[in-house]
Amino acid sequence: MSFLVAENLSLQFGGLKAVDQVNFSVEKGEIFTIIGPNGAGKTSIFNLISRLYDPTSGQLFFNGEEFTRAPPHKIAKMGIARTFQNIELFDNATVLNNLLVGRHCHATTNVVQEILFLQAVRRAEFEHRHKVEQVIELLDLEPYRDKLISGLPYGVRKVIELARALCSEPKLILLDEPSSGLNVEETDDMSFWIRDIRNELGITVLMVEHDMSLVSRVSDRVLALNYGRELATGTPTQVQGHPEVVAAYLGA
Amino acid sequence: MRFIFKTDYDQDIRIFKHSGYWWSYSVLLLLLAAAPFLLGNYLLSQMVFVFIYATVGVSLLILVGFTGQASLGHAAFLAIGAYTSAYCQQHGIPFVVYFPLAGVLTGIVGVLVGFPALRLQGIYLVIATISFGAIVEEILARWESVTNGNEGLKVRTLDLLGLPVPRDSAGFYFLCLALLIAVILATLNLLRSPTGRAFVAIRDSETAAKSMGIDVAAYKVRSFGISATITGLAGCLYAHKLSFISPEMFTLLLSIEFIIVIIIGGVFSLHGAVLGAIFIVMIDPLLTMLKDDLPGVIGNFASLFGADAPTANHVQDQAAKIASAPGLKGAIYGLIIVGFILFEPTGLYGRWLKIKLFFQTFPLYKAATFKRQKTYVKSERNR
Repeated sequence: MSFLVAENLSLQFGGLKAVDQVNFSVEKGEIFTIIGPNGAGKTSIFNLISRLYDPTSGQLFFNGEEFTRAPPHKIAKMGIARTFQNIELFDNATVLNNLLVGRHCHATTNVVQEILFLQAVRRAEFEHRHKVEQVIELLDLEPYRDKLISGLPYGVRKVIELARALCSEPKLILLDEPSSGLNVEETDDMSFWIRDIRNELGITVLMVEHDMSLVSRVSDRVLALNYGRELATGTPTQVQGHPEVVAAYLGA
Repeated sequence: MRFIFKTDYDQDIRIFKHSGYWWSYSVLLLLLAAAPFLLGNYLLSQMVFVFIYATVGVSLLILVGFTGQASLGHAAFLAIGAYTSAYCQQHGIPFVVYFPLAGVLTGIVGVLVGFPALRLQGIYLVIATISFGAIVEEILARWESVTNGNEGLKVRTLDLLGLPVPRDSAGFYFLCLALLIAVILATLNLLRSPTGRAFVAIRDSETAAKSMGIDVAAYKVRSFGISATITGLAGCLYAHKLSFISPEMFTLLLSIEFIIVIIIGGVFSLHGAVLGAIFIVMIDPLLTMLKDDLPGVIGNFASLFGADAPTANHVQDQAAKIASAPGLKGAIYGLIIVGFILFEPTGLYGRWLKIKLFFQTFPLYKAATFKRQKTYVKSERNR
């Protein structure tokens, strides 16, 4: 079985079918992109995978294990991390604390130990910090460690969100429009980082993206959606040339 | 200016970040230790109230400031702590047992309140906690076999392992100070570990907190529990300080006072709880003093500006009438809160930081240093 599998995944809001009988599977070590016009259901699929929404029908498997009804806070522990389209950082905390929250799923200490700040807590904090520093180094975030998020520009926030997701040492990372709001240079950096994440850290990437040049540069396979339905799946060139995809974007 | 060269992760973890902390807090501790021998009875008693209010303030900061869950029910938690202590004391249970018991019992009630509160946000949570406070007040008034109803309960002198600690003694002062310091240290420890960061994460974005593996419900309940426990402990000492407790002492007004403590002090730092407590405890005698003296001053001003004696007297009488109008204190409190929210949302501690930075960077201080952008869209729909 593939790494991440969605079987007949559907999500309905009243009469609106946001996601309609979608099937796809992501292989281990792949960069898989979901594209589609606005309202096609891309982010809904992400919210289904990170269990913020309950699917109306269908099943989700990760590593051969079903997690269709798992509670949302168990997802990070399973090894799935995500970023958000409209940055969801903890604005009134420092960058360092944001990244340390990313380590939460590896927390081993309990409240009583923490209130007394026993040696075990201190040791765990050192370990978390060490992992966080590795991510900071990878994404060149050294200048921002002690800055509050609320004082940082959009482009930097975007990278910090990626960093926070990486801090949880995921096996699969979901990137919701990683290049939105970034300039050309920042988008280039992002495309290198996405490849590095896969090649060096061995993390499987599932992303939603509108920037077609970025999509064709980094993706191994692409899934095109429209009105919640699957239009085509294949390599970036195959999907871009698919008549239904062209029709969805340009109007038939 | 001080530049800290960081070579060790521990520099970001430890509570005393540099030598300046050691100096200033040692001096503060020395002053506090010397206070009972330097201050008069009245001021010492006010200091004890400052400590108790600050303890409640810290507990409220955990819940409101760091977890972002509003509460106007903390007077009820304080009451549960206070009544537990009074009841236990009457039944011959020693202080060393009923003091922690007051905390634990209040903590359990806090957790029970936390569960229904999970489904509520913002203003609805405020309403729910107000109702909780009203329910507790009603129970205290009606459950006469335990609480003696509206007649109230007398609390005898605190007995610490056979050693009597009267409510106006230096010993009681140190007991309250010790509780406050212990609570502050515990909270600081919590804030520099995963639980504290989870609280802050829930405050700033529940959606992201969930995706980072934080069990939002569990941590909200924990926050309620911890906050209530601390308030319960404070309630025990509060009961002994007052030596008499009755239901009308623990009304919504007291809960509002606690909220004022943290709004005026500043909701983003523990310093805020202490500064706010000093403010709220000291504003009362200040207002009373003004109420007594201000009409006379106004009358004098009137005659200074050429009013004849009867007019000046009339002005003075009118001023006295306004000053003793019922509800004036509440109105002034309200104005102070509104003023702080509008002009200094970071409270007294925020103001203090700005003043400090002004001197540190003189003459390069820019007011814009503290301006923050607040308007990146958050996905509310995922809530």
